[in-house]
Amino acid sequence: MEMLQSLLSISLGAILINNFIFSQFLGCCPFLGVSQKVDSAIGMGLAVTFVMGLASALSYVVNLVLIHFGLDQYLQTLAFILIIASLVQLVEMFLKKSIPSLYSALGIYLPLITTNCAVLGVVLLNVQNNHNFIQSVCYGITGGLGFMLAIVLFASVRERLQFAEYPKSFEGFPIALVSAGLLALAFMGFTGMKIW
Amino acid sequence: MVNILYAVLVLGVMGAAFAALLGFASKIFYVETDPREEAVMECLAGANCGGCGFPGCSGYAAAVVRGEAPTDKCVASGPEAAAKIAEIMGVAGGGGEKMIAFIPCSGSAEAAELKFDYTGPKTCQAAMGYGGKGTKVCSYSCIGYGDCVQACKFDAMHIVDGVAKVDREKCVGCMACAEACPKSIPVKVPYSMNELVACRSNDKGPAVMKACKVGCIGCMKCAKECPADAIQIKDFLAHIDPDKCIRCGHCETVCPRHIIHSQD
Repeated sequence: MEMLQSLLSISLGAILINNFIFSQFLGCCPFLGVSQKVDSAIGMGLAVTFVMGLASALSYVVNLVLIHFGLDQYLQTLAFILIIASLVQLVEMFLKKSIPSLYSALGIYLPLITTNCAVLGVVLLNVQNNHNFIQSVCYGITGGLGFMLAIVLFASVRERLQFAEYPKSFEGFPIALVSAGLLALAFMGFTGMKIW
Repeated sequence: MVNILYAVLVLGVMGAAFAALLGFASKIFYVETDPREEAVMECLAGANCGGCGFPGCSGYAAAVVRGEAPTDKCVASGPEAAAKIAEIMGVAGGGGEKMIAFIPCSGSAEAAELKFDYTGPKTCQAAMGYGGKGTKVCSYSCIGYGDCVQACKFDAMHIVDGVAKVDREKCVGCMACAEACPKSIPVKVPYSMNELVACRSNDKGPAVMKACKVGCIGCMKCAKECPADAIQIKDFLAHIDPDKCIRCGHCETVCPRHIIHSQD
């Protein structure tokens, strides 16, 4: 029961209260880059969720090995980056063979997940918060879902923005950043909420 | 000292394990690609304009290699690239004349009468929905809110005085503008052709007179005077056959509405 409670609070925290993009400001690059269309935003969100979940699971195991050898202080980041990079490569190969349509839809953004700081953020935060295996995986997946929520919301806003009237000097990225700021502000409303 | 050894060992083992895993994966998930596909990709412009009708440059390259597409479909990269692709594929290339987009409308803010004041979203698609076919009286006219400008990947399309205008030098003839235009106004014309009818109205003369100061009224003067017999009037609009036209420019001088002219 306690486990379930902690999982629920981790999930809600990762999706809403400590949303990776809106309150931790991690992974802003794909958030701005892949948010032109809702379709590609959903694809990107799914890919990130998948990589985050797998990376959390693998990095938990690797972290145990590192702790065993007393290396966890300074090798963590390096080892985690290695894991994430290999995972993304694996996912890319798998998608290319099995789901070519999704592979071509994601295009360049799939390999770019490697350098997405939200993924590294998830695995490092797992270590910092002393999550156990199940909690780690849960945090990884829900963190990805939170990312997806943010990017899909933002993509919908940007699609509407195309028909909006605003001063010419705001055209393009400025207006996107302004609306991203307003969205983040809305998510600030969740700050301080506590579950159990 | 031992720590360093451990660090090297652990990372080394991890690296080797992942390398082995990826090596195996690349065998299991191996997707056969034709090496020619990449060679064809190299020749293309890489703008992913979709002018060839395939999803992006890689889609077109794949289709060429499969033999499902002709080698000269990529207008953006020009005839030289088509020849190169033909060489890769081992077929004779069909180099044609360079084609570019042209807007057959001259309904500028000064020339065309407005139907109503429009305050909705500034896109052609949206303006099409209000009161029918845009803000100008002439229902054939360019709406002028620049959906084509947005669609152009080569910065060749601009709105000048309420009408879209093609930059002859920048245009590659991909016709992405025609896709974006709710009226499909942009047409393909030979780059060398200077005698173009900058109107597409099929209305009768008096109606055109009311709607626009410059539109073609179908008076037949150019058709009668053309030495090459290249001009035909169909639905009150002059059509010049680019194959018959000898580029003499005589029609330009006789047109009472000055609607036949080059793009610039």
